[in-house]
Amino acid sequence: MTFLTVIVGLPLAALTWAATKEGSQTFRDAITSPQAIAALKLTLLAAVAVALLNAVLGTITAWVLVRDEFRGKAVVNAIVDLPFALPTIVAGLTILALYGPRSPIGVDVTYTRTAIVLAMMFVTLPFVVRTVQPVLEELDAEVEEAARSLGASSLTTFRRVIFPNLLPGILSGMALAFAKAVGEFGALVIITGNLPFRTEVASVYIFGRIESGDTAAAAAVAVVLLLISFAALLLIGAIRHFATKHERA
Amino acid sequence: MNRLGLRVVALGYLALVLAGPLGIVFWRTFEHGLAPAWNALTQPETIHAFELTLLITAIAVPVNTVFGVVCALAIVRRDFPGKGVLNAFIDLPLALSPVVVGLSLFLLYGRQGWFGGWLEDHGVQVLFALPAMVIATIFVSLPFVAREVVPTLREIGNDQEQAAYTLGAGGWSTFWRVTLPSIRWAVVYGVILTTARCLGEYGAVAVVSGRLQGQTETATLRVQERYESYDLAGAYAISIVLALLAIGVLVGLTVIRPREENA
Repeated sequence: MTFLTVIVGLPLAALTWAATKEGSQTFRDAITSPQAIAALKLTLLAAVAVALLNAVLGTITAWVLVRDEFRGKAVVNAIVDLPFALPTIVAGLTILALYGPRSPIGVDVTYTRTAIVLAMMFVTLPFVVRTVQPVLEELDAEVEEAARSLGASSLTTFRRVIFPNLLPGILSGMALAFAKAVGEFGALVIITGNLPFRTEVASVYIFGRIESGDTAAAAAVAVVLLLISFAALLLIGAIRHFATKHERA
Repeated sequence: MNRLGLRVVALGYLALVLAGPLGIVFWRTFEHGLAPAWNALTQPETIHAFELTLLITAIAVPVNTVFGVVCALAIVRRDFPGKGVLNAFIDLPLALSPVVVGLSLFLLYGRQGWFGGWLEDHGVQVLFALPAMVIATIFVSLPFVAREVVPTLREIGNDQEQAAYTLGAGGWSTFWRVTLPSIRWAVVYGVILTTARCLGEYGAVAVVSGRLQGQTETATLRVQERYESYDLAGAYAISIVLALLAIGVLVGLTVIRPREENA
């Protein structure tokens, strides 16, 4: 407990103190400066987009990994976890290798907002897959087959039978992906070019402020990110709570 | 959409976002043979960067392992005021931006920070030196062991521990001979995840290290430094080593997962 306080609590207290010590007006000015607003807006929009993309593609991937059979499935299943293990700076460089200036397929997204979304997709890829997969494994394939044999189309089966069961998993996966995307730094720092107002995300903005010695502004935006992280964790806790209660009922 | 269509979508997605880019990095690294990659890896600064990364990992992983097990035991087996707070705080490093972590430490240990002035008066350099980098790494990799051990502890229950107590075993010997053997795979799993996170940490360390070449530059910082110096081959070569470590971690996890489930 003491250890946690020293390692996590104290630094965060110092952060909050640094952001607010000069009064609420300074804090408000710092987070409403046009550049900070632009960075926060871009970060949140991109993270929402990434969470939604993950919800769709992650659920499909989880379904394929559980219900489908094909050669090499075990390998595919294993590489889904790779973004967890891969350093984020390597992730950024990796995206750059295929979608950068020397792209072998002629697609160059460097310094664009597409690059931001792509890099965020890369680092958040496992979240929805890994929260949906175990639920789908528990869910009997027979239920799906029963729905089908009773005449439900695949879309109806998905909407009425599979989806309601997966929803808590999808939502908590999305919340995790969102939190990770909002805070992402390493994967974005080399690929976005960090152009203020265009491709500068919140974490990169904070880093820039620190480098130029303006720690008060950096701390203010950092507190906003801290609150977003807390909110995401609370949301995940609430979803888990709701899901277990629902199950017992 | 039929089964085949979904398979194509899923595999296409993984190929475009994950496997494709990674394949290109491997190809680009060895495009001109092994020699350029080898030369890049044997530069003294690069070797130092890897050594530093390993040193930080070697300190952070044991600390977090002990903390994770103790924390998990406290969460599952004990009731105390502030348990809810502990539960909430322990996941925070997973959801928090590494840059925010770095900045928090910067503000705490920096010259104007709460501890910075006192530390400076006593001649202890924390910021822009090894201590801050270790603390940052401990922070970001804090939850992994606890998160793996908590569900396992819940599952095994405390019947055996109770039995050991009844038979006269003390707290320590109960832990070593009853509790630890039943959670060992969860601990190993957590340790592997912690190691991966430590080796790959970038954002938090970037803020607190000062990025002094050959001094406080870790492997991940070195990747960026090489990239910014237009030495793409060097950046790729270091990346490949880090990627291979990540793949090693995955293989380790795949081997351990079934054991953990059987245990």
